Amino acid sequence: MEFAELIRTGQAQAELLRGPEEPPLRGTLCITGHHLLLSPGPQATPDLWLLLLRNVDSIEKRVAGDSGTITLRCKDLRVLQLDIEGVEATLDIARSIEALSSLESVITSFPFFYRPKGLRLGDAWHFHPPECYYKRVARETNAWRLSEANEDFSLCPSYPRAVIVPRAVDDSALARSARFRQGGRFPVLSYYHAPSGTVLLRAGQPLTGPQKRRCSEDEDLLRAVLAGARPGARGFIVDTRSPQAAKQARMTGGGTEAKAAYPGWKRLHRLLETGRPLQESFVRLVEACGDLEQSMDRWLNRLESCRWLSHVKETLSTACLAAQSMEQEGACVLVHGAEGTDSTLLITSLAQLILDPLSRTMAGFQELIEREWVQAGHPFQLRCAHSAFSHARPKHEAPTFLLFLDCVWQLGRQFPLSLEFGEGMLLALFDHAYASPFGTFLCNNEKERCLCEVRTRTHSLWSGLSQPKEQRKLRNPLYVPNPLAIWPSAEPQSLRLWQGLFLRGTRPPEPSEVAWEKVWQIVTDQEKTEGSQPTDSASEAGP
Amino acid sequence: AALGTLYLTATHVIFVETAPDTRKETWVCLFSMSSCHIMFVSLMKYEELYCFSFNPKLDREEREQGWMLVNLSEEYKRMGLPNDYWQLSDVNREYRVCDSYPTELYVPKSATAHIIVGSSKFRSRRRFPALSYYCKDNHASICRSSQPLSGFSARCLEDEQMLQAIRKANPGSDFLYVVDTRPKLNAMANRAAGKGYENEDNYSNIKFQFIGIENIHVMRNSLQKMLEVCELKSPSMSDFLWGLENSGWLRHIKAIMDAGIFIAKAVSEEGASVLVHCSDGWDRTAQVCSVASLLLEPHYRTLKGFMVLIEKDWISFGHKFTHRYGNLDGDPREISPVIDQFLECVWQLMEQFPCAFEFNERFLIHIQHHIYSCQFGNFLCNSQKERQELKIQERTYSLWAHLWKNRVDYLNPLFRADHSQTRGVLHLPTAPCNFMYKFWNGMYNRFEKGLQPRQSVTDYLVAVKEETQQLEEELEALEERLEKIQKVQLNRTKVRSKQSEPSKHSGFSTSDNTNTPQDYSGNVKSFPSRSPSQGDEDSALILTQDNLKSSDPDLSANSDQESGVEDLSCRSPSGGECVPSEDSGKDRDSDEAVFLTA
Repeated sequence: MEFAELIRTGQAQAELLRGPEEPPLRGTLCITGHHLLLSPGPQATPDLWLLLLRNVDSIEKRVAGDSGTITLRCKDLRVLQLDIEGVEATLDIARSIEALSSLESVITSFPFFYRPKGLRLGDAWHFHPPECYYKRVARETNAWRLSEANEDFSLCPSYPRAVIVPRAVDDSALARSARFRQGGRFPVLSYYHAPSGTVLLRAGQPLTGPQKRRCSEDEDLLRAVLAGARPGARGFIVDTRSPQAAKQARMTGGGTEAKAAYPGWKRLHRLLETGRPLQESFVRLVEACGDLEQSMDRWLNRLESCRWLSHVKETLSTACLAAQSMEQEGACVLVHGAEGTDSTLLITSLAQLILDPLSRTMAGFQELIEREWVQAGHPFQLRCAHSAFSHARPKHEAPTFLLFLDCVWQLGRQFPLSLEFGEGMLLALFDHAYASPFGTFLCNNEKERCLCEVRTRTHSLWSGLSQPKEQRKLRNPLYVPNPLAIWPSAEPQSLRLWQGLFLRGTRPPEPSEVAWEKVWQIVTDQEKTEGSQPTDSASEAGP
Repeated sequence: AALGTLYLTATHVIFVETAPDTRKETWVCLFSMSSCHIMFVSLMKYEELYCFSFNPKLDREEREQGWMLVNLSEEYKRMGLPNDYWQLSDVNREYRVCDSYPTELYVPKSATAHIIVGSSKFRSRRRFPALSYYCKDNHASICRSSQPLSGFSARCLEDEQMLQAIRKANPGSDFLYVVDTRPKLNAMANRAAGKGYENEDNYSNIKFQFIGIENIHVMRNSLQKMLEVCELKSPSMSDFLWGLENSGWLRHIKAIMDAGIFIAKAVSEEGASVLVHCSDGWDRTAQVCSVASLLLEPHYRTLKGFMVLIEKDWISFGHKFTHRYGNLDGDPREISPVIDQFLECVWQLMEQFPCAFEFNERFLIHIQHHIYSCQFGNFLCNSQKERQELKIQERTYSLWAHLWKNRVDYLNPLFRADHSQTRGVLHLPTAPCNFMYKFWNGMYNRFEKGLQPRQSVTDYLVAVKEETQQLEEELEALEERLEKIQKVQLNRTKVRSKQSEPSKHSGFSTSDNTNTPQDYSGNVKSFPSRSPSQGDEDSALILTQDNLKSSDPDLSANSDQESGVEDLSCRSPSGGECVPSEDSGKDRDSDEAVFLTA
């Protein structure tokens, strides 16, 4: 096996420290191609401690006397310390971890080797096919159709094979619209809001360039969208860049829709930062959360200066604006930034959570992520290559997906009864996006996943999460289906730092765990009594 | 928006809507409107306060029972006093030694009247060291006093003997902590005025410690600054965090908590007794003693125990309620949010330990509200002596009885008295965790319903629990009894419509509130001004016609958080300067009405 040459030492004696509250673990440390293992000797519990090497974000080694210390900072924000006997062993292990944790090849990654008991390969890959949703919309509206124009990914490499477009637009027009949009991302339907009959669309920026080019097929497409919604319907184009940035993009061939070319559509600019600034914000926040020595004032100061909560606020309020335009104004909404694979997806997916009660269920949320993030071509491999601890210069890394999860957490905090999934689900998604034994978040788009045969050779995260033993961790015991839109407050007073994630390693989790135990107990008590209730008051307690 | 007529009475502003079919009345208590610019209430005499005219139609006996609910003699008995080391002293009979202290005081057995009186002469306002909390398990105690009149070199033998007596009353420890809660600089400045702090050389076996909590003027300004931040119109995240930091409020809260943690650790881990003082020993000392007691003693974390704690450390030991909360027209420089800070410390602890407290956030907010409302007599006057002279107990009603009667509203469904984490001393992490201190949105923006979580976990769980309990009761009952029980329930439903509603109702009625988006366009938004001295929706502030008509004579029975009434309340106290926006309460009112009749 090719990993063998990267493993410099088989094993060593070590002690593992996992945080201030957990007891240290002693035993034999081993390295395999994908894992770091600690086996705590025969007398202790037989449980192995296991770390996916892919999870290691940065590694720091220190030797003193005849032993060494390795500090591992993980992508899931945990910090681990290994005290290892022997200087040589320490250095060898550190080098091996370094080499193995930064392997770039997808097909040698762990998901291609992970074969858990109880799961069959290929089982859940069709668990949430977006086609199902699109077919349903096409059936319900009559104004939309499922197109296979992208069957061979030739129109748009970052779109899935099947997309949903206005019925009035044929495949050749799609091809020309695709050439007019960055990355070939022509406008497609993201969500159909049945109560108002409006739709949410997403796309890449139009390639107007300095000459202010136009594309009649693209204009026809957006006209058809309005015509399909309702005669005289209006539309909003939410551009996630500032007006200046959008104008500047023309110099590099991009740009934004000209007012005259798209009658009925009105452009709104809402600046959402992506890429480097977002990544830096994330890094600074994690750094601030790890620093326990600062004073109270410095803490607020640092929280402010890392600007993470500002990003949360802007994202939430833009998503609300998009949702509000649809529900309250009865307008169609097209969202795009530059590439249309980052902030665009943030807005479209959050707007759906606000408006659509189905997307707030367990299955609906997974479907939403599959459709609006994975299949919609969010480049997970590039964005999540490194987390907050890496010393490497960020190239394409950005915690866009984490920002989405944080916004969902804020929604859940303001509407604690309206999401079927709990904080555990969001934490799990964060972990798996950065390092996972499952294949769901591998690669950057559907085309790459097809090339790597991800669907046939790895397991889907969704089947992993549907295991019964996971449910208690992932579900929200307080869930009561809420058929209405949930409008959060995006005011600073209402937003909070997501402590469950950012202070994961620093804060003892027990008090909140004790509380959740109690919540579960109250709720299951009720279910039990209800189950045994023979008489008429059962009707009172129905969902 | 609603049109109507505004009536001004001696105690309330009443707004009557003109819509003929509703004629809904909104009552706003004047004492809750201290920041209102339209009417400035200035009263010079206690007798003009609302509590003297407030009449919940309880008979004399009920009123007396209400005042008996919280009984400090019993509390000292619960602590295990008197015992071999501590005795009840009658030295302050008829307030002869100290007029701001209660008459019932515990002092070390070895402290004779001579020592006490001598010591009192050496302390500001004669507030000599007396017991606040006694830990029966290890005999360690928390005592409180005012600063010594030590100046640069003065000594007092009796005072030294007094401290010695306190130390000796704890056989488990050979030293006594003396905690001065002021910043060192302030304490030193006091020496020039002939006051100051204990010199370690003069007192045997004491360990002296400064803990820098700022004075009432700094705190007042800090709150003012923080409220300005809360009132910013659509602030950016940076404006908000920067303003919050700049106000220093959370730093002050942390300082009080740190002092409480220090004392709790000294008592529980080192088994040492602690004497706490500040300048006069009625502000910072009260804060710190009560925070420490709360950390040490699970009893104070129950509903009843918390009332006792406030009665003991605040009311009986002469916290100057009238001066601090400006209930009468007085010196504005005396006003300071001292007990507000204590209540916030409790809230911060509740956030840390969701299962450790029997009561919920609403309980704290309602207590805070009534400190300013002057509807009940508990928080009137500056000392026990004044209260006795005014015959408060004969002429007004007790808040504790009112809260106790409505205790279902204040229960924390997550309370776990039996859990290892909540049973004994509350252990906070040793590392300085600044992130643990959060902005208390529920208090400082409590009239901005749009900024609050739109669904309440507490209410939901209480409803679920109640429902479970009801179902269980029904299961046990026989078929015939079943009908009877449901009849009783039906009656109860009529009286208190919300309490007996099953869980799904609370799920839905709260989500009714969710039905309107806010202003996300970033336009200037009109925020009503507010301050903690403004009223709360729970009580006599807001009364609808229904409440007046209902047989329940208690004017403050409307603690229904869910009803549409609250939406008016969050506007009225601001004197109508808020332009009702999209999330106007009116729609919700009608939704609610439809829902309730459905």
